[in-house]
Amino acid sequence: MPTVRLQISPTPAQVRTARLVAAAVARRSGLAGGALDEIRLAVGEACSRAAGLHQEYAPSDLITVLLEDEGEFVVTVRDCAPTGMHTEHIDPLAFLTDVGNAQHPVTGVIPSGFGIAVIDGLVDDLEVVPADSGPGTVVRMSWPLTTGVECGRTRR
Amino acid sequence: MDLSLSTRTEGAHTIVAIGGEIDVYTAPKLREQLIDLVSNGSHHLIVDMEAVEFLDSTGLGVLVGGLKRVRAHDGSLRLVCSQERILKIFRITGLTKVFSIYASVDEAMAATD
Repeated sequence: MPTVRLQISPTPAQVRTARLVAAAVARRSGLAGGALDEIRLAVGEACSRAAGLHQEYAPSDLITVLLEDEGEFVVTVRDCAPTGMHTEHIDPLAFLTDVGNAQHPVTGVIPSGFGIAVIDGLVDDLEVVPADSGPGTVVRMSWPLTTGVECGRTRR
Repeated sequence: MDLSLSTRTEGAHTIVAIGGEIDVYTAPKLREQLIDLVSNGSHHLIVDMEAVEFLDSTGLGVLVGGLKRVRAHDGSLRLVCSQERILKIFRITGLTKVFSIYASVDEAMAATD
């Protein structure tokens, strides 16, 4: 059973809400320093990706964010867009050469799949998989709950 | 925390000082500011990020968009940032190869790149 289950509408304001809630729960779970920064950024990227997809494919559906802190701190973000959208790891520099990827709705420059590349650079324990049931993709990230480690990351 | 923006001109440079969080919620405001500056003839920008508390990929995209716009006018966009947590996202994405990043506004103004 998750420690916190959050459902947000696919808007930029609620992406911020999810980010703040995730950081608050992580702090209560004993994480600090650099790990908190990683969690804020990674959750924001995962939810931004999901919100962008929902605005395009499922604007009335909610994005689900699960936060668990038993043994490790696990964040799961599930979207309801067609499975596998924007899950590719885009070369962060590719957009400078005007590649033909879908453009980000806000920046108009960066490809929409860019967020996954950022998460991949931040989080060693990352899974991007199809949802168990129905359409959608699950982004799962975890951080070890190790007391006294400022930026606890493990390579798996 | 919301985004704060202020601009000032020093010599040939327009300095854009940013505070707060640059994310998917606030990035459109920064994008509009950069577009307005370039449209009004400010082609040598220094973006002071020392008071930025959070930056995500959407914010990076806006900065890249600004860089593309000034380059179209043979201009420049230099960043000022010494905060490790902000610099980290530039390193992760490889954008340290794209942006000139300085530790202070004075250093950015004195640069000759």
